[in-house]
Amino acid sequence: MAQAITAPEVAPPRRRHPGSGRLTRVSGLGLGVAMIWFSLLVLIPLAAVVVTASEGGWSAFWTAVTNEQTAAAIKLTVGTALAVTAVNIIMGTVIAWLLVRDSFWGKGILEVLIDLPFALPTIVAGLVLLSLYGPKSPVGVDIANTRWAVFVAFLFVTLPFIVRTVQPVLEELDPEVEEAAASLGASRLTTFRRIVLPALVPAIAAGAALSFARAVSEYGSLVLLSGNLPFKTEVTSVRVLSSIENNNTESAAAVATVLLVISLAVIVALDVIQRRVSRRG
Amino acid sequence: MADIRTIADDTGGEEPRTLPVTLAGVEYTPGPRPPRRRPGKPGPGRWVLRLIVVAYLFFLVAWPVSLVVKNTFADGFSDLAAVFDDPDTMAALWLTVRIAVVSVVINTVFGVGMSILLVRYRFPGRRALSALIDLPLSVSPIVVGLALVLVYNSVDGWFGTALDDRGIDVIFAWPGILLATTFVALPLVIREVVPVLEEIGTEQEQAAHSLGAGAWATFRRITLPSIKWALVYGVVLSLARALGEFGAVKVVSGNVLGNTRTATLAVEEKYLNFDKPGAYAVSFLLVMVAVSAIVVVALIRPGKKDR
Repeated sequence: MAQAITAPEVAPPRRRHPGSGRLTRVSGLGLGVAMIWFSLLVLIPLAAVVVTASEGGWSAFWTAVTNEQTAAAIKLTVGTALAVTAVNIIMGTVIAWLLVRDSFWGKGILEVLIDLPFALPTIVAGLVLLSLYGPKSPVGVDIANTRWAVFVAFLFVTLPFIVRTVQPVLEELDPEVEEAAASLGASRLTTFRRIVLPALVPAIAAGAALSFARAVSEYGSLVLLSGNLPFKTEVTSVRVLSSIENNNTESAAAVATVLLVISLAVIVALDVIQRRVSRRG
Repeated sequence: MADIRTIADDTGGEEPRTLPVTLAGVEYTPGPRPPRRRPGKPGPGRWVLRLIVVAYLFFLVAWPVSLVVKNTFADGFSDLAAVFDDPDTMAALWLTVRIAVVSVVINTVFGVGMSILLVRYRFPGRRALSALIDLPLSVSPIVVGLALVLVYNSVDGWFGTALDDRGIDVIFAWPGILLATTFVALPLVIREVVPVLEEIGTEQEQAAHSLGAGAWATFRRITLPSIKWALVYGVVLSLARALGEFGAVKVVSGNVLGNTRTATLAVEEKYLNFDKPGAYAVSFLLVMVAVSAIVVVALIRPGKKDR
């Protein structure tokens, strides 16, 4: 007891809690330099997109965004991204669960396969999918230049996100709780639904947000695969690019602003999820 | 343990709490903890899940990627040799490597510095900054390219005209490619290093400090060794991302042959110009880089848990 009482006095009072440091001269200078670089590279250019989009006023912005072809592209992009995210929520969780709770021969190979879409250049991803699902498909499935191509390309590039956010959470989850549920007569499905799933929801939500953002902003993998047919397989990024190439900067900036707002919304959502999880402890 | 499992399975999902007492009575043994049943005995449900997952990954990733390898070597090594004999393609590959290395160096220095600032210091706007740092991961590469063009183009760019007066071209030249590549890979080092810095705390650093070590010595001998593996992981991811950037580079580069054409742009151009063997060969090289990056990361990962 005596020890416990004296302990706080022994600890040096000047000890800071982790992360409560005030900026010193050196670190302040470092922060300044880092902020200048970050602003020059990221913040000012992205601000320039929004400023350029707003130069023509609200009506010009609205005209550019509701242009028939652009609206179709946005609808296709967001709709397909939502569908792909829904598939990822199910498949990503199942894959993560299998990788953590199961062991079988070749699991290491699956781990590599899951990271591959993240490390593969997007143009190569498109080429890769085209060689199996293109005109010369060895399985006779030709989805090139159809909306299925957009769907499959999104599915490919977003594969790692939910798996990789759910996996660490599942690893920390004590299997004993599941065993307790099972020993109390809960079926595996009930155990999963009532014990495992609630713990995974924040991670699934974070992964879903990332995967949605990635799908909405995708460009490279579609270049060779989807044909970029207006009203049919043209996605939002391609619309922005064709506006840039036609020197229609205002219109490009307007559509880019829509994409930027989606990205920002996802970032804010992730921040909120993270804070909610850390508050819960 | 296996018995509980099978009995529990047989109860079905509908009425989970009808059997517990007898069940617990049969198998429950107080005292030493039973060994963990981690993988369990695979039931039929498990086999179905395994089959679904393996089939899904096979059709979505494994088979398509393996076809690139197959197509590259369809005529033996001649397609690959053609790539190495073509000066334009070699120039594209070298440009890509040089840009990637420089951008990784920039992102590593920036990333480590920014991670330490975000974790170890408190300043106004810190939370907003730490959220904004992730923005490059979710912004479309085309938007990245457009953003850089708007600020750095030499005709009416915010800074581009001033730079142009000093004879510095950014857009349609290598600095633009470097900016685009650095932009897209910016958060990767930070995302790996920040959690580790948070986890290790400041005690050792303060001990070193109170023993008289300067800031640099503390960083080099205490902080750096503990974030080493996270840093390597982040660097490998950044390198893979930098080598493979396509959309943003396409917008800012102008795709000038032998000057601003990168490897990924070469893949697109070769494919569209009906040089499919060439496109597959360059893709093969990029796939190899990606796969080795992942394997390096996978080899590092177990070390991550040991700490």
